[in-house]
Amino acid sequence: MRVEQISVFLENKAGRLSEVTGILSEAGINIRALSLADTSDFGILRLIVNDNSKALAALKDRGFTVGKTDVVAVEVDDRPGGLHRILLTLFKANVNVEYMYAFVQQSGNNAVIIFRFDNLDEAVKVLQENGVKVIEGERLYAM
Amino acid sequence: MIYNIEFETLPREALEAIQLRRLQVTAQRVYATVPFYRKKFDEAGIRPGDLKSLKDLQRLPFTTKQDLRDNYPYGMFAVPMDNVVRIHASSGTTGKPTVVGYTARDIDLWAELMARALVAGGASRGDIVHNAYGYGLFTGGLGIHYGAERLGASVIPISGGNTKRQVLIMKDFGPTILTCTPSYALHLAEAAAELGVGFGDLKFKSGIFGAEPWSQNMRDEIERKLHLKALDIYGLSEVIGPGVSIECLEGRNGLHIFEDHFIPEVVNPETGEVLPHGEMGELVFTSITKEAFPIIRYRTRDVTSLSLEPCICGRTHVRMNRVTGRTDDMLIIRGVNVFPSQIESVLMEMRWVEPHYQLVVDRQDNLDILTVKVEVGEQTFSDEVRKLQDLERKVAKNIKEYLGVSAIVKLVEPKSIPRSEGKAQRVIDNRKI
Repeated sequence: MRVEQISVFLENKAGRLSEVTGILSEAGINIRALSLADTSDFGILRLIVNDNSKALAALKDRGFTVGKTDVVAVEVDDRPGGLHRILLTLFKANVNVEYMYAFVQQSGNNAVIIFRFDNLDEAVKVLQENGVKVIEGERLYAM
Repeated sequence: MIYNIEFETLPREALEAIQLRRLQVTAQRVYATVPFYRKKFDEAGIRPGDLKSLKDLQRLPFTTKQDLRDNYPYGMFAVPMDNVVRIHASSGTTGKPTVVGYTARDIDLWAELMARALVAGGASRGDIVHNAYGYGLFTGGLGIHYGAERLGASVIPISGGNTKRQVLIMKDFGPTILTCTPSYALHLAEAAAELGVGFGDLKFKSGIFGAEPWSQNMRDEIERKLHLKALDIYGLSEVIGPGVSIECLEGRNGLHIFEDHFIPEVVNPETGEVLPHGEMGELVFTSITKEAFPIIRYRTRDVTSLSLEPCICGRTHVRMNRVTGRTDDMLIIRGVNVFPSQIESVLMEMRWVEPHYQLVVDRQDNLDILTVKVEVGEQTFSDEVRKLQDLERKVAKNIKEYLGVSAIVKLVEPKSIPRSEGKAQRVIDNRKI
């Protein structure tokens, strides 16, 4: 029930982001979702792509520091309160969200949100017990 | 164990009497035979005959690396070339190489000092020395080699390089003493692991590592990975080569300088003033027995302090602390002396493997600002901003605690710190002073 996300360390310098997208484009990799967290000095680019190992190799090869993290893709009802219901469930179960961002594609009529939890297994269990749909990695990369 | 029990444990008074006599003879010889020294002595208004006590050494002029370059190649030799049996030279990465010469007696002395060093490091006749220091113009390989033979140990003159073959030989020949640079020791450990050879199964007892500065953390890592006692040896070709000073296995707290042949001083690198024992400054050496290439008050640019505290090994020779940096790299930030190697220690203590870092100093509103850039590696990277910011704060806090100076820590991308000839450029000083 995990989805693999890759993260890239970037200095806050002009052209760094386009360097990454350039490398991925050259390697024929499709970016499925992306979020950029930044401070005044550096940023962390988080990516879901269609081919993780290829993306990792291409970026490392060009000297970037790259990490891999397991995240969870969750289907969220695309209507008022949809996300709130999920967050409330997690809060009650004492699971913390480290960060989250939206996936580009919809799953049917539902939105897809990528979550990074402090306790991933517990989070997946709680979500599933409460009838929330968690998307498998394989399905997500191909969506 | 002690190789030369008589000279290595001389009472201080007797030792100092020998030093004075030998210093007087050396000063007379260089004054008579080396035009450079005669000119320098004359300019300083001192004659060899003025040396009445060891304290008078302070009146002699310093010799610098530039002086050696100016007299390239043989201008500093104090004997005719007929009497020179060996020539060594420094690598000369920055300018002309430094050339040094040895008479047969100098080679003999060097072998004696290296035998002393090997014994201090735990070697004896029955040992097999795997000598992976480079053989050639560099003094490391041959220096250790002659010392090991003098001692009566067996030497494997493997020299540097061809690491796979080294591992095979370590496995099959059963060496018990390893001699190489500390970084090469770690490289050997990696290569052995890749070849499925565990250092725990080899016979090494101790390793004598030098020719580059290293830290206590690196010692811990070497001992953990190579299953041996790691000892620090110090030397430089301008003084004689390896075998100027060595840590003893018993004390492992500072390196004994063979004072019956070299007189050490520690001076303020800015003013040249001699500092009392215990204070950090630039190490200065005077050789008092060498024939072909005697050297007077040579500025090593290495930073350390001296200690006369008695050592449990019984040697009476003064100890120098581990070299913590080079005066070339020294920065004075808000009045605090800072050496890049101290920053490296902080990073390594935080489990940063082979840290790449750079110190940038700026002056804003008459205040020095130190920025430490550190490259983020895979071990230190996190996908969470908070964790990376915590890391920056923690490095800054440790620098403050360890060095007493505030720093701004910035994580930067790998390979973003420029490297010249494989070495990172450690310091950028933007202050206009």
